[in-house]
Amino acid sequence: MPDETKTPPPKPADNADKPGQSGSVEPVPPADKPAPPAVPPKAAAPAAPAKPAGPAPVAWESLMVDEFRRQYGSGIREASTYMGQNYMVVESAIVHEVLQIMRDRESFDYCVDVTAVHYPQREKQFDVVYVLYSFARNERVRIKAEFADGEKPLSVFDIWPTADWLEREAYDMFGIEFEGHPNLKRILLPEDWKGYPLRKDYGIIQQDSEWVKINLGIESGQ
Amino acid sequence: MSDRESHLELQEHDQTFLDSNELIINMGPQHPATHGVLRVILKLDGEKVLGTECVIGYLHRGVEKIGENRTYTMFNPYVDRMDYVAAVSNGLGYCEAVEKLMGLQAPPRANYIRVILTELNRLASHMLWLGTHALDIGAITPLFYTFRDREEILKIFEKYCGARLTTHAFRIGGCQYETYEGFERDVQKFLKFVAPKIDEYEELLTTNRIWVERTKGVGFITGEQCIALGVTGPVLRASGVKWDIRKAQPYAAYSEFDFEIPTGTAGDTYDRYLVRMKEMRQSLRIIDQAVGKIPEGPIMAKVPKVMKPPVGEIYHSIEAPKGELGYFLVSDGSTQPYRVRVRPPSFVNLQALDMMVRGALVADVVAVIGTLDIVLGEVDR
Repeated sequence: MPDETKTPPPKPADNADKPGQSGSVEPVPPADKPAPPAVPPKAAAPAAPAKPAGPAPVAWESLMVDEFRRQYGSGIREASTYMGQNYMVVESAIVHEVLQIMRDRESFDYCVDVTAVHYPQREKQFDVVYVLYSFARNERVRIKAEFADGEKPLSVFDIWPTADWLEREAYDMFGIEFEGHPNLKRILLPEDWKGYPLRKDYGIIQQDSEWVKINLGIESGQ
Repeated sequence: MSDRESHLELQEHDQTFLDSNELIINMGPQHPATHGVLRVILKLDGEKVLGTECVIGYLHRGVEKIGENRTYTMFNPYVDRMDYVAAVSNGLGYCEAVEKLMGLQAPPRANYIRVILTELNRLASHMLWLGTHALDIGAITPLFYTFRDREEILKIFEKYCGARLTTHAFRIGGCQYETYEGFERDVQKFLKFVAPKIDEYEELLTTNRIWVERTKGVGFITGEQCIALGVTGPVLRASGVKWDIRKAQPYAAYSEFDFEIPTGTAGDTYDRYLVRMKEMRQSLRIIDQAVGKIPEGPIMAKVPKVMKPPVGEIYHSIEAPKGELGYFLVSDGSTQPYRVRVRPPSFVNLQALDMMVRGALVADVVAVIGTLDIVLGEVDR
């Protein structure tokens, strides 16, 4: 992720630093709204940045992380807390094992979400993100792993059946194939659709025009 | 025509249509009981359901993609279009997620207004659920009653922000609008008006023999199964798991109010009905506490005109009327989110349908879809 532009400049004319949006970038209108009428104590002109300058993730110290570190060493690439939320970045080869342990030993029995983020400029393009929750500890953790395009993460369907549709959606939107998934096919888009819309190289108005023409009988769905 | 052909073919093989015991039929996508464009492929043996498969995506609009191509502020109204019967909850979740990402805190007055409107919306959502669910099962009267009373909530929304359904009531950092003159009075009047109405619904249904027969023991799911399938909200609570994000990880001003988490024991359709009815009463309780003591002060935090959250990731979730609604935001430091992920409760809860109806009757499928309380706008996004 680019690490520039920490201070908000007055003009919102730069979105060129957004990676992987070539061709599909739209002009960004000013993000401000007209001030609400008749609100007495409204800050008139928030010229100064109200947020603290650059919060950074801090190391996440816990017994659980120590245990994982002992077991996997450098396989646990990062364990941090950002804005009070804990996450771990692990090597792609051990992510399934780590998740299994998370459920069995650490009682993270509820898999909230499985999703992905696309970074086209990276060698390993995808972050696969698992959001976990433990009822016993009332705690949330995110586990992240990087995967290259075409690399197949192991499905976590065998750990949490809820991953069925969540992984299907990640496959549908990013083209990440989860190995061992019992029924990996598109879920939201038509099964014969071409392209993976949430990849950064897929434009905002792009579509499978061939599909649209054949199935809807029109030139464009837009 | 093709039906006739296949029928003829069967006769040729000296077999009639009646002999075949497995039948595959489509329920939907245009079916009044699927609450939108949901297609369920049913495999039947006579009246018995052998298995189902949901075909979804008819309402897919690419909300997450839109989010990546709009600024944080511009994306705010879009989230209302996911669960359009609980638009206020959607907006609250999104605004709080961005606030968290930016390190902002909505002022106390805004939080109170947020709680009141969100709970009113929960009531509206549950009323719509009750009306349509009862209608699916054959009780037509509750629909008129609940729509009549839901109207009063929509009137308050309309007076507050001008919109009835997709309200866009909140902004990142607080609320856009100050409460209107007489807001508290209107809400209090509504509380007095609606409490006996909920009794009325219960009178119609709770001991109604047809209702009980159609819902008791139907669509059974245990707490463990719910957790394994990621099912949250009233469905999870009706299976005996006492978990509500408003209590477990309080957001907005929920930690300041006194309320209970109603739970069930059986995990069937009837229990889910009871849990939602109790939840409506708890919502009234929360609103009653909040409306009497809305603190004075600003309704907006100091928000920069151009929102550029620092580089980072955040996951924030709230207890929407249907379950856990989460937002996973990735910021690259620019004015637009690098990634917006919505974790919709309806989508995940719908996964449980197959498990809940296997071995049941066709008519129970309708009851179970109703009791899961899905909104296809949110399933498909």
